[in-house]
Amino acid sequence: MAAVAAGVGQQWVLVEMVQAFYEAPAYHLILEGILILWIIRLLFSKTYKLQERSDLTLKEKEELIEEWQPEPLVPPVPKDHPALNYNIVSGPPTHIITVNGKECINFASFNFLGLLNNEKVKSAAQASLKKYGVGTCGPRGFYGTFDVHLELEERLAKFMRTEEAIIYSYGFATIASAIPAYSKRGDIVFVDEAACFAIQKGLQASRSNIKLFKHNDMADLERLLKEQESEDQKNPRKARVTRRFIVVEGLYMNTGDICPLPELIKLKYKYKVRIFLEESLSFGVLGAHGRGITEHFGINIDDIDLISANMENSLASIGGFCCGRSFIIDHQRLSGQGYCFSASLPPLLAAAAIEALNIMEDNPETFLLHLHKDSLRISGISGLKVVGESFSPALHLQLEESWGSRENDVKLLKRVVDYCMNSGIALTQARYLEKEEKCLPPPSIRVVITVEQTEQELDRAASLLKEAAQSVLN
Amino acid sequence: MANPSAVCNGHLHHHHHQKQNNLLKSGISKKNGIIKGTKKNGVSNGTLYKKPFIEHFEQAPMYVAVFTFVGFAVGTIFGYLRDFMRAWGLEKRNIAAEREQQKDFVPLYQDFENFYTRNLYLRIRDNWNRPICSVPGPQFDLMERVTDDYNWTFRFTGRTIKNVINMGSYNYLGFAETDVNALKTVTIELEKYGTGVCSTRQEMGTLDKHVELENLVAKFLGVEDAMVFGMGFATNSMNIPALVGKGCLILSDELNHTSLVLGARLSGATIRIFKHNNMQSLEKLLRDAIIYGQPRTHRKWRKIIILVEGIYSMEGSIVRLPEIVSLKNKYKAYLYLDEAHSIGAVGATGRGVVEYFGMSPNDVDVLMGTFTKSFGAAGGYIAGKKDLVDFLRTHSHSAVYATSMCPPVAEQIIRAMRCLMGLDGTTQGLQRVRQLEKNTRYFRRKLHEMGFIIYGNDDSPVVPLLLYMPGKIGAFARRMLEKNIGVVVVGFPATPITESRARFCVSAAHTREMLDTVLNALDELGDFLHLKYSRYSKSSHPELYEESRLED
Repeated sequence: MAAVAAGVGQQWVLVEMVQAFYEAPAYHLILEGILILWIIRLLFSKTYKLQERSDLTLKEKEELIEEWQPEPLVPPVPKDHPALNYNIVSGPPTHIITVNGKECINFASFNFLGLLNNEKVKSAAQASLKKYGVGTCGPRGFYGTFDVHLELEERLAKFMRTEEAIIYSYGFATIASAIPAYSKRGDIVFVDEAACFAIQKGLQASRSNIKLFKHNDMADLERLLKEQESEDQKNPRKARVTRRFIVVEGLYMNTGDICPLPELIKLKYKYKVRIFLEESLSFGVLGAHGRGITEHFGINIDDIDLISANMENSLASIGGFCCGRSFIIDHQRLSGQGYCFSASLPPLLAAAAIEALNIMEDNPETFLLHLHKDSLRISGISGLKVVGESFSPALHLQLEESWGSRENDVKLLKRVVDYCMNSGIALTQARYLEKEEKCLPPPSIRVVITVEQTEQELDRAASLLKEAAQSVLN
Repeated sequence: MANPSAVCNGHLHHHHHQKQNNLLKSGISKKNGIIKGTKKNGVSNGTLYKKPFIEHFEQAPMYVAVFTFVGFAVGTIFGYLRDFMRAWGLEKRNIAAEREQQKDFVPLYQDFENFYTRNLYLRIRDNWNRPICSVPGPQFDLMERVTDDYNWTFRFTGRTIKNVINMGSYNYLGFAETDVNALKTVTIELEKYGTGVCSTRQEMGTLDKHVELENLVAKFLGVEDAMVFGMGFATNSMNIPALVGKGCLILSDELNHTSLVLGARLSGATIRIFKHNNMQSLEKLLRDAIIYGQPRTHRKWRKIIILVEGIYSMEGSIVRLPEIVSLKNKYKAYLYLDEAHSIGAVGATGRGVVEYFGMSPNDVDVLMGTFTKSFGAAGGYIAGKKDLVDFLRTHSHSAVYATSMCPPVAEQIIRAMRCLMGLDGTTQGLQRVRQLEKNTRYFRRKLHEMGFIIYGNDDSPVVPLLLYMPGKIGAFARRMLEKNIGVVVVGFPATPITESRARFCVSAAHTREMLDTVLNALDELGDFLHLKYSRYSKSSHPELYEESRLED
């Protein structure tokens, strides 16, 4: 580089540089090359690496892994947990039931119409067993559709006077699959806070926006609908694609009362919200023919977008169904998870349901008149109050006042139940998963009225309950 | 598709080479304690596996993927064209419509949501939901149906197609049967109990029959206790939320069944997905989870649970259980194993993948399975330690809110299980398990020899045969039905878009003649529809099929 200094004019500098480049020794060039590369590297590399500093060494990682102690898979359950030791029923759970070795009159099973022990139903199931065996060995899509399923769907649709019905192989899965088939993320569901657990799970699976309204409080529902309306005006583009639904039960499992359907229909058209109706308890119970709450109120069934019910109560079989217009129901055949991805209903259970439906259709009055006996006989027990409509066949007996804690209340009610059970009346407490329920109902004794119970038996149950309450609560 | 044989030959060496490479790699990595899960070829891992573990996932030639996409593209273009014609009234609209009174509601379905259903699925809809009118045994009767409006609606002709060979039902051990003697006890119990229960397990729905079944299931599986549920799907979706919750981590195989996915979602736990049966992917997730804790807060995870299936019903693959158990022990995670398809179907005495790998049932924390398949009934179970089952008795969603299992169905499970355990005084159950194994190996071997690409484990009775192109789905199933064979075909979205397939479920009740009829039909149809894509010839891996093991 010394040669550069000898340069005379600016224009020569470049020429001389090139010349010097040629003349310089090889080691010099290599050294300079390395220096230049070094500078470039320094320019482009960061002064320090954030990443490297926080990175754990392999040893530290191993230590962390070594240290980590998970919780046990399940916490131990105390031996005296109120739900651990089940009542064991020997033989069929019919009108006369043997619970824990003791013969009782059944006031606990939802066998409203007494079809569980019906000979006709049994022989229909037997015939089906002979022809089809037990299982279906496949989902509906893959050779799990039997002619009996199609027949049952047709019969249910006809019975309910709707266009189409779809059956599921499990009652719980019916509404729990139906809701997420329509309501997706971003959609809005207005739901009664007393809604049963299956509805709650369906809503959770749908990942929709859930708005709870106070039980059977139409003013509260309308308040929420209005709120949503003003929300929609702010963002009409979003509102145009946000589906909305109201989900209610015909006869509430948790409260024993019915939904005010006529008002709900008014709100439906006013605010353009679709109605999904869960009728597991009201199907076969309400209305002159047992078609449920729509028949009870004399409402056009087409005003309800979707009706879901199980076949495990009145029909005394297993499974559930949804019915409504084909436009709506057919969608579940590809989108109802519990329908598409589960084995179909065993044919013998479908056959039993068909036969039960036949019996219901043939002479509804024999059942329904008997069913709506005055269940008020059960009322008037000091310390216990009846919750639910007088014509509801599934009532709750709650403590008039709590004895301090839920745990105490449950224990007291258990003693009442045990007292009755010892004297030949089978009852049960209504069971809930206390931590999972959205709005946990107070502890209660469930009283189920069926057509098979005679007036004397009802009176006996009432007097026994009075006695029990007397001895336990006072 | 010109000169396919040349393509085959051209790739043969390359593939063989690759296979050796993979084997070599896995040999090396094994020493480091990391197990290389390779997707293409079988890997036998000598340290953990007591017998060779061979699975195939051969990739089709590139041109197949290209034509598959072309097929979908053509279908989509025609779909748009026809949607356009329907919109302008040039084609009749058959779609059920919204009520007049509710036209101004927010549409229940987005138009694009149903595009695929309307324009692609509809064309081949006749291949699903085919109604049957007999027991789903090795052969069944189908109700003949025809369509007058290109699959929009079906009309029954009133005729039945008799004695169709059933390659679709999950009747692995042939317990879907109507033999009067076999069903004797079921008949008795049906007469005694009726069909329903009308109550939940916790209220008034625990029958002596359920207790009997639960004790038998626990004994069959060799565990302390078991609980049974009325529906297999719900066994997963209603019990996983009881076991894990917020602050827990679920590691789930990417191909897990919808019920497991739903259960995981409902639990509120964080879900991370690992590649199908890929142990490296699983180990990385496990390590990262423990080292970095929960996202953002970096709190430690409360517990980590791995969800896997025994046999994957769309791939025919068997879970790499020994490796998963060693990983789970190393990282103190819990293992939930869904044996829906594997219980009864694999293992020397039909006790599922645990037995298949010669492991102890205590190696798995939660053993889940269904009764729908091998037992020809309905429902599911969860089995394991007494603590676990006691906890479920008190906390399972199903025990509290769902009607309990139908008693005659419970009896069907009992009688099938007793038969399998030899408690009925015969060896019939064992024979069924052996027959299934024999049938499976025979059927798989023949398909390999014919040059089809089939997926999965050599011992898996679920046999997926790759069809790839959408047009072949319909053609295949229809032509098989013409030959009196009922098959299941599956396409997107149940499979990846390029991997449409037919799935056979081999049964112990299939006779050699039935299987040969099916194989002959497949051979013929494979040539006609050009389905023999495999670039292995039989000689390239004769070690997989020892004749001596097949013919005893």
